[in-house]
Amino acid sequence: MSGATLPAAAPLAAPRRMGHGAFWLASALAALALVAALRALGSEYAYFAATFVLQYVVLATAWNILGGYAGYVNFGAAAFFAAGAYTTVAVGKAFGLPLLPCIAAAALVGGALGLGTGVLTLRLRGAYFAIATLCLSVVLQTLVVNWDFVGGSRGAYVVRPREVPWPFDSYGGFLCAVMVGLAAGAVAIARTVEKSRLGLGLAALRDDEAAAEAAGVPTLRLKLVATTISGAMMAVAGAPLPYLGSYIEPNSAFGLAYGVNAIAMPLIGGTSSWAGPLVGAVLLASLQQAATVTISSAANLLIVGVVLVVFVCAAPHGIVGLFRGQR
Amino acid sequence: MSGVGDAPGDGEVVLRAEGVGMRFGGFAALSGVDLTVRAGERLGLIGPNGSGKSTFTNCLAGVYPGHEGAFAFRGERLGKLSPHERARRGLARTFQLPRPFRGLTVIENIRVPLAYAGRHEATETRAMACLEGVDLAGKAHRLPRELTQVELRRLELARATALDPVLLIADEAMAGLSHAEVDQILALLFRLNEAGTTIIMIEHVMRAVTEFSQRLAVLVAGRKVADGAPREVLAMPAVEEAYLGR
Ligand SMILES: Nc1ncnc2c1ncn2[C@@H]1O[C@H](COP(=O)(O)OP(=O)(O)OP(=O)(O)O)[C@@H](O)[C@H]1O
Ligand SMILES: [Mg+2]
Repeated sequence: MSGATLPAAAPLAAPRRMGHGAFWLASALAALALVAALRALGSEYAYFAATFVLQYVVLATAWNILGGYAGYVNFGAAAFFAAGAYTTVAVGKAFGLPLLPCIAAAALVGGALGLGTGVLTLRLRGAYFAIATLCLSVVLQTLVVNWDFVGGSRGAYVVRPREVPWPFDSYGGFLCAVMVGLAAGAVAIARTVEKSRLGLGLAALRDDEAAAEAAGVPTLRLKLVATTISGAMMAVAGAPLPYLGSYIEPNSAFGLAYGVNAIAMPLIGGTSSWAGPLVGAVLLASLQQAATVTISSAANLLIVGVVLVVFVCAAPHGIVGLFRGQR
Repeated sequence: MSGVGDAPGDGEVVLRAEGVGMRFGGFAALSGVDLTVRAGERLGLIGPNGSGKSTFTNCLAGVYPGHEGAFAFRGERLGKLSPHERARRGLARTFQLPRPFRGLTVIENIRVPLAYAGRHEATETRAMACLEGVDLAGKAHRLPRELTQVELRRLELARATALDPVLLIADEAMAGLSHAEVDQILALLFRLNEAGTTIIMIEHVMRAVTEFSQRLAVLVAGRKVADGAPREVLAMPAVEEAYLGR
C-alpha cells in the first residue's frame, strides 16, 4: 500500500458520526446483551473463555491508546498487566477488599506507573522508548519475585469468595460480567479519546512531532496523558487475573504472551481506530483459547506469530483498514 | 505593490534578535545575528545554501533551546519557551520541506492548530474558511499524499497561518515551483501581509524576493552581512560575491 493506486472512493464529505454519549450508551447496551447471552449459555467454560478473551480486549485497547494513537510502541504491557494483577493480590490481602475496589486500585497503580514511565522515558524517541519499556518489565518482575507479602517467586493462591453477588449464578459468571463491563468501558474510553481534541493531537504528534509542536500541540503533556490512561487501563485488564485462575505467580503474570499479544492484536485489527484492537483481540484470543483446548497452550505464541506475519504482509493497516479502503 | 506600511521602520518592533548563534558540534552554523522586524513588515531573508537561514528559523521557533543570544517577541523574552508555546503567542513557521500530518485529512491538518489554540469556537467552519483561503476547500477530505507539490505548500501555509499569527517565517515556500505556482504563493503571502501578518520570507527565487520584500537581510556563512533596502543590498559587493563568487 504505497499509495500509488488510490481507491477512487475517497470521501468528499466528512462522514457523520455518533456522539460520545450515544457511543457510551451503545457500549453499555452491547455489554448487557453479551452478559445476557452468556448467562443463557450458562456454562462455566463459556464464562472462562469469554473472560479470557475480554481481558485481551481491555489490554489491547489500552495499549493502542499510546501505541496506536500516539505511535509510541510499549513493549512493557506485561508489566502493567501484572501490576494490576498483583495490586488485586496485595490490596485484597492487606485490606480484605473484594474485586471491584481492587480494580479501582489497579487503575491508580497502573496510571501512576504509566505517568512515571512517561516522565522518565518520553523524551526518548522510537527505539529508545521501546527498550525502556522492556526494561520496566524486568525491573518490576524482579521486585515482585522478591516481595514475600504477595508470595514472591512461589506465587499466591487467591480464593474466590463463597457468596456470589446478586444476580449471578456463579463467581465465574460474576467475573465474566465484570470483564464485559471493563471491556465495554475500555472501548468507549478509547473511542472518546480518539474522537476528541486529545485524539487529534495524538494523531498529529504520531505523524510528526516537530510539526505538531509548531502547530501549537503540547506534545510532551499529551504523551504523558496517553501513557497514564494507557497504563491505568492495562493494569485494569490484569486486575481480575488472580480470580480467573485462583493462583498467580510472577512468571505467568509477567508472561511474554501479554506483551506480545498487546502489540499483535492492535496491529492485526488496525491501530488507527478503536475497532482495531477490539477485532484483533477477539480474533487472536479466541484462536489461542481454541488452540489451548484442542492442541496445547504451547502453540499460542506460534499462532500469534504466524497470524501477525500474514497480516503485516496482506493487510498492513489491519482488518479495519481493509474495510476502510485506506488509512 | 501596496502592503501594510510601504515604508518599513515606523511600526512597533515585533521581533528583536540579539546575537543569535547556533553551533552543531564545533561548527558554527549561525553566529552573532542581530535582527529587528517591525509590525506589518515584509522582510526577505536570503543567503546561499547552508548560510544558516533554516537554522535561524529553528532557533526562533524554539527547536534549539540551547542557542546563543536571545529573542524578544512583542517585547517578551522567548527564553526557553517550547515551540508550541511560541506558536500560541502568534509566532508561526513553515517547514522548508512540507511536513503535513500524513495520517490526517487536509481539513484535520488545519483543525489541529485551531483545536489547540483554544481561541476559536467553530473549528470546523473556521478550518474550512482557512482552506478556502488557500484554495484547498475542494480537497478538504483528501489525505496529504493525494495533493500536488504546490497544494502541499499551500496546506503548509494554511496550517501555519490558521491562527492569524503575528509573525510568519516562511522557509522557502516556493522552492521547486513553476512560475505560475510561485505567483500563487506570492499572492497568498501578500494577502496575509495585508491582513496584518508580519512576514519573514526565506527564499532563493530572486524574482519573488525582490517583488515581495520591503527590506532584505543577507546571511553568509552564518553571519549577517547586509540589511537594508533591497536595491542597495543587492548592489553591495559582499552580497554579489556571496552569490556569484562561488
Ligand atoms: N541539525 C544539524 N546538525 C548539524 N549541522 C547542521 C544541522 N542543521 C544545519 N546544519 C548545518 O548548518 C549549516 C546551515 O544550515 P541551514 O539549514 O540553516 O542552511 P540554509 O541557509 O537554510 O540552507 P538552504 O538554503 O540550503 O536551505 C549547514 O552547513 C548545515 O549543514
Ligand atoms: Mg534552509
